[in-house]
Amino acid sequence: MKATNIYDPNYFHKVVDCQWACPAHTPVPEYIRLIAQERYTEAYMVNWESNVFPGILGRTCDRPCEPACRRVRTEEKPVAICRLKRVAADFKGDISSYLPNVPKQKNGKRIALLGAGPASLAVARDLLPLGYEIDMFDRDPGGGGMMRSQIPAFRLPADVLEEEVDLIVNMGINAQYDYEITSMKAMLDMDYDAYFVGTGAPRGRDLDLPGRKEVSDHISIGIDWLSSVAFGHTTEISGNVIVMGGGNTAMDCCRTSKRLGAETVTVVVRSGFHVMKASEWEKEDAQAEGIPILNNRPPKEFVHDNGKLKGVVFERVKPVEENGRLKYIPTGEDDVFMEADHILMAIGQENHCPWIERDIGIEFDKWDCPILDENTLQSTHPKIFFGGDSAFGPENIIWASAHAHKAAISIHLLCQGKDPSKDRPPEGVNLISQKMGIHEWSYDAEHDPSKRYIVPHANLRRSLDNIKVEVELGFDEDLGYQEAQRCLNCDVQTVFTEKLCIECDACVDICPMDCITFTENQDEPDLRSSLMVPAENPEQDLYVSEDLPTGRVMVKDEDLCLHCGLCAERCPTNAWDMQKSIVHNPQIGSYSE
Amino acid sequence: MTFVKKPEIHHPLLTVNELGLKRRDYEGLVSTLCAGCGHDSVSAAIIQACSELSLPPHRFAKLSGIGCSSKTPSYFLSNSHGFNSVHGRMPSVATGANIANRDLIYIGVSGDGDSASIGLGQFAHAVRRKINMLYIVDNNGTYGLTKGQFSATNDYGSTSKRGVPNLYSPIDLVCMALQIGASFVARSFSGDKKQLVPLIKAALLHNGFSFIDIISPCVMFNNHDGSTKSYGHVRDHSAPIVDADFVAPHEEIEVDYAPGSTETIDMPDGSRLRLRKLEDSYNPKNRVDALAYVQRALDEGDVVTGLLYVEEDPADLHEVLETPEVPLSALTESDLCPGSETLDSINASFR
Repeated sequence: MKATNIYDPNYFHKVVDCQWACPAHTPVPEYIRLIAQERYTEAYMVNWESNVFPGILGRTCDRPCEPACRRVRTEEKPVAICRLKRVAADFKGDISSYLPNVPKQKNGKRIALLGAGPASLAVARDLLPLGYEIDMFDRDPGGGGMMRSQIPAFRLPADVLEEEVDLIVNMGINAQYDYEITSMKAMLDMDYDAYFVGTGAPRGRDLDLPGRKEVSDHISIGIDWLSSVAFGHTTEISGNVIVMGGGNTAMDCCRTSKRLGAETVTVVVRSGFHVMKASEWEKEDAQAEGIPILNNRPPKEFVHDNGKLKGVVFERVKPVEENGRLKYIPTGEDDVFMEADHILMAIGQENHCPWIERDIGIEFDKWDCPILDENTLQSTHPKIFFGGDSAFGPENIIWASAHAHKAAISIHLLCQGKDPSKDRPPEGVNLISQKMGIHEWSYDAEHDPSKRYIVPHANLRRSLDNIKVEVELGFDEDLGYQEAQRCLNCDVQTVFTEKLCIECDACVDICPMDCITFTENQDEPDLRSSLMVPAENPEQDLYVSEDLPTGRVMVKDEDLCLHCGLCAERCPTNAWDMQKSIVHNPQIGSYSE
Repeated sequence: MTFVKKPEIHHPLLTVNELGLKRRDYEGLVSTLCAGCGHDSVSAAIIQACSELSLPPHRFAKLSGIGCSSKTPSYFLSNSHGFNSVHGRMPSVATGANIANRDLIYIGVSGDGDSASIGLGQFAHAVRRKINMLYIVDNNGTYGLTKGQFSATNDYGSTSKRGVPNLYSPIDLVCMALQIGASFVARSFSGDKKQLVPLIKAALLHNGFSFIDIISPCVMFNNHDGSTKSYGHVRDHSAPIVDADFVAPHEEIEVDYAPGSTETIDMPDGSRLRLRKLEDSYNPKNRVDALAYVQRALDEGDVVTGLLYVEEDPADLHEVLETPEVPLSALTESDLCPGSETLDSINASFR
């Protein structure tokens, strides 16, 4: 294998599994260390810079970082990254002195943001400090988009939402609420320098089954229903409620129904339990509230009596694996009839932009998604950019932040007359030694074998009585500290300097995870199988050195390294050093610039 | 010295041996020797060898004297017996322990100071008495604990860290062991576990006195350009002559080498020792030839490594003394004082 180029910004970035998995590349270990030092405000700002909504995401994020966490591989459960983000938000102090200055003197460029959801807000956050004049349009009476309309208050309290939304709006956005956008052409006529479309995926899918039309009074589309609950139009639901669908919207629907007075609530899902789209913890929380989830039951027919809904007939299926894909075949058992007075349909959503005329230069693909450059988020109309759910279909808030950073760079380049694709700022990496003296490191290197800490919940009866009572209470400072100590500090890298190595084997002998091997160089598959312990995880790189004096190379399997620093501790010549990798993802208008 | 504790978790793919133990179960405390000390690699090699042989840690007795090397028994096989004795007196303690309980596996770890200076007489007599043990000398040619004076194994002309040459000729413990009658003699290098681990395995199963002289560089005081016991010098001048492959009882010998270049020796537990001669003319079963070869190489400045001599049918002290199979420590009072009737019958046999 060729020697590893550790100065490639991606190499060490990939070792920080959580940061690599985060769409917005939040420097997770960095803010977790700050939490452990009780520097909550700084921890919050590290988050705010990259993901824009730490308090909101600390409660609602889909957490792509957690399954990626190295601790899943070395032990069992990941560090509770998302809950630690909330700790930073809950205990932060005054952040005003950390915020970027927004110049009074504008730069003369005007930007229109369509939709006031997380993507638009994050674009505004990035562009305002550069002097852009920003107009934001939304049909709802307030900012926040789906964060306000779709996420129930028992998961995301209104004050948390408003604090982070208002922070950005008050940076100087000219917000126009209750503004129904009906024509993109009309928007273009307003002659902005650039447009950002962040209108989400506002259309909930429907099912055309026998009886659907007749019972339409008793069926609500999940996201529309949640939104009407959020804005106070719907305050109750009664009788037997069936929620159809297995995603997070379904979980929010069933838990909301339970709080609004439904006699029984049942979730019925077409697929199996483990392949449901809902996050693990959302399923657990719904079940903990006594809501049954019935799997492998596709709906067949709505049964009614002259338009009065009686119930739903479900088929029974079982999953069979065929060519590596799951297929559902009938079990042959009788169909099931389930009584229902109301049905909430939460089987997915799509982007839907009927207000964009198809003859103004924005091309759409066969799924009705705009054709975009993935890197710049520019549509086929050079002035129009997309982000969030309206770009590539429904995703999570964290994706909206990630898209927004990219789009903001593109808009900035466009407005400067530069090429949004070719003139983008490069990625970079800095490596800084963490050695402070003999046996002294500037990070807590010791491995903490503790299991993942459990987050306290509000009293079940109390929270079911009131939709505004937040269910998850979050870690207190003590639990937050203890959970923070579980982080392996994967951003403190093991950096190897060939010319200093005397091949004494001290690092090989001390490494608790048998990561390091000195051996003859070979092709990657052979090398992987000939290490101290074979490197069987192809997703994780091998760190290969240049040739050493004996003709061998140092090979380190990054997969299970605990970043405990023992190799560097035992190295007599400092050939190993623990160096913090700081990944620079290009972003504009951030407070550190 | 290391202050960060070695985490207890291990690689999930770490295999277990026949006793259900992992390699990590054979470890000891975290070493307090200097970072990069060759002795730590020797400890790691012992750990690897013992776990791969599936030997029960609680059946080991670790013995040592004084010195950096003699600290190392703390750093392997935590769950075994140990005795850290007086400077140079490890062989006496080993002899006594071995006489009392022949059932334990004895590993003595000593250094060039402990064995070639203060304990030279002790060493010689342990060899002579054929104590069934593995005697390891961590040989770095220097007194590391007292900050780097030349030891008795330091080569003539080899310099100190400050460039002062050594004025005396060295004692070569391998030659001594060969000359006095050790039945298993090897030399290796702490930086070459591929060679060292099979040697330790073979030595542990050898039924007699096994001696391994391991050149184990002192990174603090004897790893500079003028030293002949540095990592660099040993790598440049090491001349492996016989590689020992340890073959477990049910394992097939797969690789074919040129005829005449390999020899197989059966071990007491049914395993085999496969000797690969890297030079055809060398005969590892001939003590006189081995001694001559090693001596000649020493004069030329080469460090001959590998299994230098092995006796196919060795004997140990218990065979010489015809002691009972049951360890003396396990004999009961009725075994030792069988009563007046037995005494009478013995007396009668002399009438």
